[in-house]
Amino acid sequence: MVEWTIFLFDAAHILILVGIVASALMVVKFKDLISAAIALAACSLLVSLEFLILQAPDVAIAEAAVGALLTTAIFIFAIRGSRRREEY
Amino acid sequence: MEQMSPIVRTIIKIAFAPMFVFGAYIILHGHLTPGGGFQGGAIIASLMALYLVAFGATKWKKKLLSGIESGGLLVFIITGFLGLFSGYMFYNFLSGSDIPIFNQTIDLMPGWEHANWAPIWSGGTVSIMNIAVGLEVIAALSLIIITMGLFVFDKKEDA
Repeated sequence: MVEWTIFLFDAAHILILVGIVASALMVVKFKDLISAAIALAACSLLVSLEFLILQAPDVAIAEAAVGALLTTAIFIFAIRGSRRREEY
Repeated sequence: MEQMSPIVRTIIKIAFAPMFVFGAYIILHGHLTPGGGFQGGAIIASLMALYLVAFGATKWKKKLLSGIESGGLLVFIITGFLGLFSGYMFYNFLSGSDIPIFNQTIDLMPGWEHANWAPIWSGGTVSIMNIAVGLEVIAALSLIIITMGLFVFDKKEDA
């Protein structure tokens, strides 16, 4: 029983870490900047889940509130003040 | 600053009350459960940011928000200094006293076995400081968002 729950925790851990790396790659690769901001919010939400697994619920709440909502709002302000598509 | 689509506005209208209640819960239970003034204040301030993104900037009272921010910090510092009259700095003078707010002590509550099961009125000055920090964080982060939004959309430093 104990080994089974440890395996579940490890599986969730690995899934969340892979998700963090994938969403961070999406942030770099997207040319639509609003999509990149949403992907950054998803990355920050996964980071807060990782904090929750690592037994730091206080940091997880702060990360979820600030990372997923406040910085997304600030990025959306900045994007709507300029162009939406990235050019290179 | 213009409004966004009706879908966004309806979702924000639906989510406004539950998010506000959750932020207030995080602030008020700060001495018992994870969270506290900063976390709950950040939740309510992000609610203000969502409201600003969805509905656009109307008349926001920046002077009032600045006053709330200064007032929260003043309440925090004064509560810390009031402990000097009873003993030392940041002394929890409310716990077990005659002042009928946040004054319950844990041993008045029989049968408690876990720290999270203590009554909500057992905070003492910790709850007062959590509420003060929560008000300060709400006002400060809302002020940052409002200033950025007004600067981006109306090209005004002071509005």
